[in-house]
Amino acid sequence: MSDRVRVNPIACEAHGMCAELLPERITLDPWGYPIVDGERLAGAQVEHAMRAARACPTFALLLDRDGNGPRARRPPQPARRSQ
Amino acid sequence: MSLLAAAGPSVYWYLTRATGAVALLLLTLALVLGVIDVERWSSPAWPRFVVDSLHRNVALFALAFLLAHILTAVLDSFASIPITDAVIPFVGSYRPLWLGLGAVAFDLILAVIITSLLRARIGFTAWRAVHWLVYASWPIALLHGFGTGSDATSSWLLALSGLCMALVLGAVIARAVRGWPANLGLRRAALGGTGAFSLFVLLWLPSGPLGAEWARRSGTPSSLLGHHRARTAVAGRTR
Amino acid sequence: MSSATSAPAESRAADRSAQARLPRLFAGIAAEGALTLAEHVAIHGPAPQLGGRGRRAKDRAGLLIDEVQRAGLLGRGGAAFPLATKMRAVATSRRRGIVLVNATEGEPASLKDRTLLEALPHLALDGGVLAAEAVGADEVIVCVCETAQEAAAGAEHAIAERARSGAARSPKLHLATVPSHYVAGQESALVNFLGGGPALPTFTPPLPFEQGLRRRPTLVNNAETLAHLALIARHGAAWFREIGTPAQAGSALVTLSGPVRHPGVYEIEHGSSLASLVHAAGGTTTHLRGALLGGYAGSWIGAQHLDSLVLSSEHLAPLGASLGAGVVLLLSDQACPVAETARVARWLSGQSARQCGPCEHGLDALAGTLEDIARGAAPTREVDRLAALVARRGACGHPDGAVNLILSALDAFAADFAEHARLGPCDSCSTRAELPLPHRPVNRNGSGRPGARA
Repeated sequence: MSDRVRVNPIACEAHGMCAELLPERITLDPWGYPIVDGERLAGAQVEHAMRAARACPTFALLLDRDGNGPRARRPPQPARRSQ
Repeated sequence: MSLLAAAGPSVYWYLTRATGAVALLLLTLALVLGVIDVERWSSPAWPRFVVDSLHRNVALFALAFLLAHILTAVLDSFASIPITDAVIPFVGSYRPLWLGLGAVAFDLILAVIITSLLRARIGFTAWRAVHWLVYASWPIALLHGFGTGSDATSSWLLALSGLCMALVLGAVIARAVRGWPANLGLRRAALGGTGAFSLFVLLWLPSGPLGAEWARRSGTPSSLLGHHRARTAVAGRTR
Repeated sequence: MSSATSAPAESRAADRSAQARLPRLFAGIAAEGALTLAEHVAIHGPAPQLGGRGRRAKDRAGLLIDEVQRAGLLGRGGAAFPLATKMRAVATSRRRGIVLVNATEGEPASLKDRTLLEALPHLALDGGVLAAEAVGADEVIVCVCETAQEAAAGAEHAIAERARSGAARSPKLHLATVPSHYVAGQESALVNFLGGGPALPTFTPPLPFEQGLRRRPTLVNNAETLAHLALIARHGAAWFREIGTPAQAGSALVTLSGPVRHPGVYEIEHGSSLASLVHAAGGTTTHLRGALLGGYAGSWIGAQHLDSLVLSSEHLAPLGASLGAGVVLLLSDQACPVAETARVARWLSGQSARQCGPCEHGLDALAGTLEDIARGAAPTREVDRLAALVARRGACGHPDGAVNLILSALDAFAADFAEHARLGPCDSCSTRAELPLPHRPVNRNGSGRPGARA
């Protein structure tokens, strides 16, 4: 089980709710955009991450479960490649 | 006839009036919270996610009162208002224009709320395009309230409407002004439309709903006109 | 600049032997005009037949991809991604693929791709068609930027020649013109534009070779990469690897500009020396301050390294540099590297797609800080702070490239930066501007026509 959060920087409009709801993994830069720690989430944090992803007004916060795609009922994506 | 008049207005009439007023207030609060939300205002005691949640929940709350308002209006035996009048505007027999405006406002609000609940499926751009309809639904709801309410002259309702109008005016002006001059055409149109609407309401109210014989002029069926006069007069007086 | 004798021994050997095995891509290149189809076939031989359906066709296609893998052909657009990997991903997908021949060349100091299309269009077209046949794609779109009119004309003419020659090969082959701003040639931006949207990058995954144009797997390759493929298909992987280095086999096209007698596009062997390239270009006209390798997403190298510089990844990586899209920009010693870096940073900031906050705000802040440093109004450590905030936080590589350029400048010209931070502008700051920074406003309009825009 490896759950991680990541952000779609194009969709992100710096609303800032993610940093409030998952401060363990997300801080805001001087311009209000999220700096995301992409490490694995600890057990209890997954719930908070789900809530943060739901709260994002533009769907910019993505939660990857077990290397699959974001949880918002999109078809599972192939394993992430390093870019 | 006199029996009915002597009985006074049914409980549904009171309920539809009350739930309508509360719905208007809640819709106003939802709009104001929406503007606070999109302007990204926050404080240590009011974080962003709280403002956002509050906006969503107040809107749902408003919908609940709106549904109660519609249901009690249908159940009220005074005027024959079938349930279809709630979504299909202008076809009813009771004050068709003013009731119809309520149906239009309800349709718009339904569209906004349904698309918000299905936000994840329809995507952000489509969701936002529909969401802007709230700025149309609010003034339509207000006009519906002035035109349909059989007690538009009551002072508490006028005061409540005035308060709501002031709140919405403040929110819309704040939204249009912050970020000036980006999208200048849109902002100017918003301020212009808001100003025109406010002016219209101020000029129309005295000669319209607050004027003489509004019940007849607004399209109340003639068979109900007498009853209506009985309701607004001292209770118990018969024809 | 000193002669080739100061370069390391193995590169001198490479320089000498390469003269026997070069040119490859540039074989038969005319001083003006393009090679006709007949001339192209006369020099390189006919392209191998890969088309058709059935088991044998699939085998032939698979063999070509194997050959490309053995050749170790890496992308020549800057990212150096192994071509075989991309081809296999598209070939094994269930949906039918599309091939994009990327000759958009948004890098201002690069001319190699438009040169290929102007002078040797059939190389890139062969490569595109062979790649399409190998991966089972039914369409090849050659992408040029709207300011490269001669390249577009060359490609159109060559496409018409192929049609007339009656080869009647299966992949549909046509041209598309694309806006000329910097990020328009990025893979996902190209797919976005051809699909009807603006020429701006999109969020990945999925990458284009997984799901691209019209949701089909899309093989996007630099025009030069496909030109090499065309020759590997004819002569094989062993031939390709006869020159070059173990990590970077074969030859490469390099655009050399700056204070040399004959700036232009040259074909070099990987592992040859910068000195031999400069010698082939007639030598320098002044002393050099440094060189920018790879373009505006690349790295600066100080003058002290240039005499012995070898153009291969093995030698450049330890210096934090790479050839990238084959760009070598020489800077004269009359230019001010601090002012030039600040100008490039401001240009790169202007070229941001402005879709991602960290790029839009961060590059602007970086450019402003560099301008302040040039005026003596900011400390250099402010650049490091901002660079850490910007890197890897955009949807595409644009902010990373800018950060790479800026940090490499601070490294290569540390003394100049320290001096400017302390004392303010020097004489050269405002008098000389050597690096080419064309006016290319970012075009945010969609193409509006899903498919391709001719």
